Amino acid sequence: MRFFEDIEIGQRRELGSFTFTAELIKKFATQFDPQRFHLDEEEGRKSLFGGLAASGWHVGSVCMKLLVTDGQRLASEALARGEKVVAWGPSPGFRELRWIKPVLAGDTISFASEVESLRLSEKRPEWGILEARNTGTNQRGELVFSLLATAFVPRRNPEGITHMEPSSR
Amino acid sequence: MTLTFEDFPPGHFGRFGPRRVTREEMLAFASEFDPQPMHLDEEAAKGSMLQGLSASGWHLCSIMMRMMVDGFIGRAASLGSPGVNELRWLAPLRPEDEITLDVDVAEARVSRSRPDTGIVTFKGVVRNAAGQALCEMVSPIIVQRRGGAAAEQAG
Repeated sequence: MRFFEDIEIGQRRELGSFTFTAELIKKFATQFDPQRFHLDEEEGRKSLFGGLAASGWHVGSVCMKLLVTDGQRLASEALARGEKVVAWGPSPGFRELRWIKPVLAGDTISFASEVESLRLSEKRPEWGILEARNTGTNQRGELVFSLLATAFVPRRNPEGITHMEPSSR
Repeated sequence: MTLTFEDFPPGHFGRFGPRRVTREEMLAFASEFDPQPMHLDEEAAKGSMLQGLSASGWHLCSIMMRMMVDGFIGRAASLGSPGVNELRWLAPLRPEDEITLDVDVAEARVSRSRPDTGIVTFKGVVRNAAGQALCEMVSPIIVQRRGGAAAEQAG
């Protein structure tokens, strides 16, 4: 994974795509969100969604999955170049999560992540804090999912950087 | 009886759980959706900011959703949710901990675009067995008003 200093506002990563099959939608919903429109095609058709729809938490969890996979890809590329690789820290949360359109059975969603803001952690000087807009777009080019996520990102050399100005969006 | 918009006045709505989260289910979720070492590997997790194995935050959110469905959304005339205003992960969920969910109605208003529905904004707080807050979420849900079509349909 990249260090805080390697990241710039506006940087965008295409994270890859995922097809939400009826089987996967029902499996996730059975475990975590057993509402009728996530479990049954006919109930989905009768609902506001207009078809068997994935749980919003399923969509968010798949976005996380692709973010982690992308991070692993970046890490292996960096290792191949002989660079140092670090693990990112945990996330303190997110804001502005929007389930903009339903994700229906058979839809393929392409996810992307774009950096919106960068600042240094006041409490933890060895970490920076990044905000990124993570989005999902369906096969018709319609934005279906968006959230503003926050994550702790390790600094390359905290002691050596004393005058770096925190930037914002 | 199906819960409708009128059943969600502002104030404390209810407490749900406790729900034990096993190490096995934590690892299964993390393997599928969030395979970071801090959620999968005991040794790597010890060296992380969270200082020990913890559940994926998305797993905690998904369990919170299930607790809400079992607790009240499953018998409400819910039409779904447009999103989450804010979610904060405050402390790690550890293996075998027992969590409790407190739900408050922060705001309830009639929808302008669909007057037969209302928008109920919930605040949920998940706590562990020691009473420590692990997660806070503020999220609106669209609920049919009494006498609305979906309420009749759901019977």
